[in-house]
Amino acid sequence: MFAALPTQAHARLVRHRMLFLKEIPMGLVNFLLRRLLAAIPTVGALVVATFVIMRVLPGDPAIFFASSPVPTAEETAYVRQKLGLDRSVPEQLLIYLKDIGSADLGMSFTTGRPVLTELRERLPASLELATVALILALTVSIPLGVAAAIWSGSLFDHAARIISSIGVSMPTFVTGLILTYVFFLWLGLAPEPVDRIDMFITAPPRITGFLLIDSTLSGDWAALQSAAGRLVLPSVTMAIFVLSPLTRMTRSAMLGVLSSDFVRTARAMGLSDRTVYVRYAFRNALLPVLTTMGIVFSTMLGSNVLVERVFGWPGIGSFALNALVASDYAPVQGFVLLMGLLLIGINLAIDVAYGLADPRARRAS
Amino acid sequence: MMQRISALLSHACRMVARNGVSLAAVGIVTLLLCLALVGPMLTAYPPYVTDLANVLSPPGRLHWFGTDQLGRDVLSRVVASARIDLFVAVCAVAASFTVGVGIGGLAGYLGGAFDLWTSRVAEMVQVFPLFVLAMALVAALGNDLRNVVLATAIVNLPFYIRLARVEVGVLSTQLFVEAARVAGNGDARIISGVLLPNVMPNLMIQLSVNLGWAILNAASLSFIGLGIRPPTAEWGIMVAEGATQAMAGHWWLIVFPGFALALAVFAFNLLGDALRDMFDIRSR
Repeated sequence: MFAALPTQAHARLVRHRMLFLKEIPMGLVNFLLRRLLAAIPTVGALVVATFVIMRVLPGDPAIFFASSPVPTAEETAYVRQKLGLDRSVPEQLLIYLKDIGSADLGMSFTTGRPVLTELRERLPASLELATVALILALTVSIPLGVAAAIWSGSLFDHAARIISSIGVSMPTFVTGLILTYVFFLWLGLAPEPVDRIDMFITAPPRITGFLLIDSTLSGDWAALQSAAGRLVLPSVTMAIFVLSPLTRMTRSAMLGVLSSDFVRTARAMGLSDRTVYVRYAFRNALLPVLTTMGIVFSTMLGSNVLVERVFGWPGIGSFALNALVASDYAPVQGFVLLMGLLLIGINLAIDVAYGLADPRARRAS
Repeated sequence: MMQRISALLSHACRMVARNGVSLAAVGIVTLLLCLALVGPMLTAYPPYVTDLANVLSPPGRLHWFGTDQLGRDVLSRVVASARIDLFVAVCAVAASFTVGVGIGGLAGYLGGAFDLWTSRVAEMVQVFPLFVLAMALVAALGNDLRNVVLATAIVNLPFYIRLARVEVGVLSTQLFVEAARVAGNGDARIISGVLLPNVMPNLMIQLSVNLGWAILNAASLSFIGLGIRPPTAEWGIMVAEGATQAMAGHWWLIVFPGFALALAVFAFNLLGDALRDMFDIRSR
């Protein structure tokens, strides 16, 4: 009865849904506004936190920035005045806020370029890697989790559980190095773990900064092939690490849905297993998985630092790491700020997506 | 009380015996703890003595795990690492557990403004990738072992605060807590005698999973050159030092310390799962 809806009724249903989407209900607008407002104090706290981190970092920046190796007292005093370090702390905070407001994140003295430029050039590399890894992890873990839930308690379920716990226990840097050893050094299948594209291939003109998209847009197949080849090992490395939480979440969400009343009803009405699993259970199980995406993405951006290090990936993680080792703190500050903003944005997007998908989530929380 | 403990123990034994995976987890964790305690006494070579006549020799009869670029025995170094990595993990987790459960428990019990603010701060910290936060903290506090412990503990704190808060918050509305209050018990007694014993099982499960995470965190920090410094024998450092050698074909320099690290993390994760099976009343 549900499996084959009469076409006319079906069409009415679809039309009804579209109407519902067209006139956006007030509850939704309220919900979106409330979510946006709630993000403001978080952003504020983040900005203050990055300022505090800069304050407590060791070393006197004035001595660092002074030009001569053994700076005189006047020289440090001059630099200090120039950097605003002779002002009171609240005043310095105000200066910092003004700088951020005018998109000035300071200079990196290891590369000699503005931090903002560096971050803007490198961010697409990190995002491309993380996105590909996430897609990879989802395409493996969702079917795995669903299957583990459907055949829960079976040998397959246990195997899936053990395999995914091994994945989360493997340190990303060890996985990365071993994959490189096997596929680059031993089998010779993978390209060398340096940079995003072969050095003898000219990168496609920068449109989005995502090499896969840019090379497709400009029809440069050699570049696309090279960029895709370089992406395989780092993204697999990263995907392995987040496989376990995603699989577990999918499994437990699916188990919860499968034991609910509406699934029992659907079964009792004689619907095929396929319809029950795909149309009724799976869709509802995806919602809880959506909420874990924030944590998963956060974990990925954290492990990005290690993966970029192992694969010589020119992203923001390796940039921040090099700066950190060289006691170059402006890039570190910019990196932490960018990372925080990115994650606040992602969490906001997830909240909104959840609110769109499930009206119950729109209530004040 | 004694009866309860013996009942719990026999239940635990039954579960362990029935479940091979749990047995393996308990076995590996015990082995690791033993290695950390007495391991360095068992190995044939001292972990820090170089032997330049014998550099980069592959695994063999004399050196089971081979030697590194300075001729140091990899097996001795892998074993010696267990102590330092477990030490960091145990200290950090113990600190964040004590402080976090204290703050979170109070927040859950008292509610009000204190609860609101601690939850807000904990939520904000948790938005961040923990590893990046730990990285920034070690850089800010100074690059040594003590600060690795401190950074790992701080980063972990919000997790325990939120967990303890939720657990205590749910429990405080239960009838038996009300009954304890009506019977004339004070706040301190209700917290220590009624609430804490009841939230402990769930917290213990997290403790084990967290130990694995803390080991991973410490090793990752030293891999990128923060915290524990060479020539200390430590899994992360050994992998970092071996990385360039490995690309010249000396695979044993990354495989053995890398797998030792993975095994330690895996064992604690598995133990967490086993504990969950054991203590989760619904699954009994």
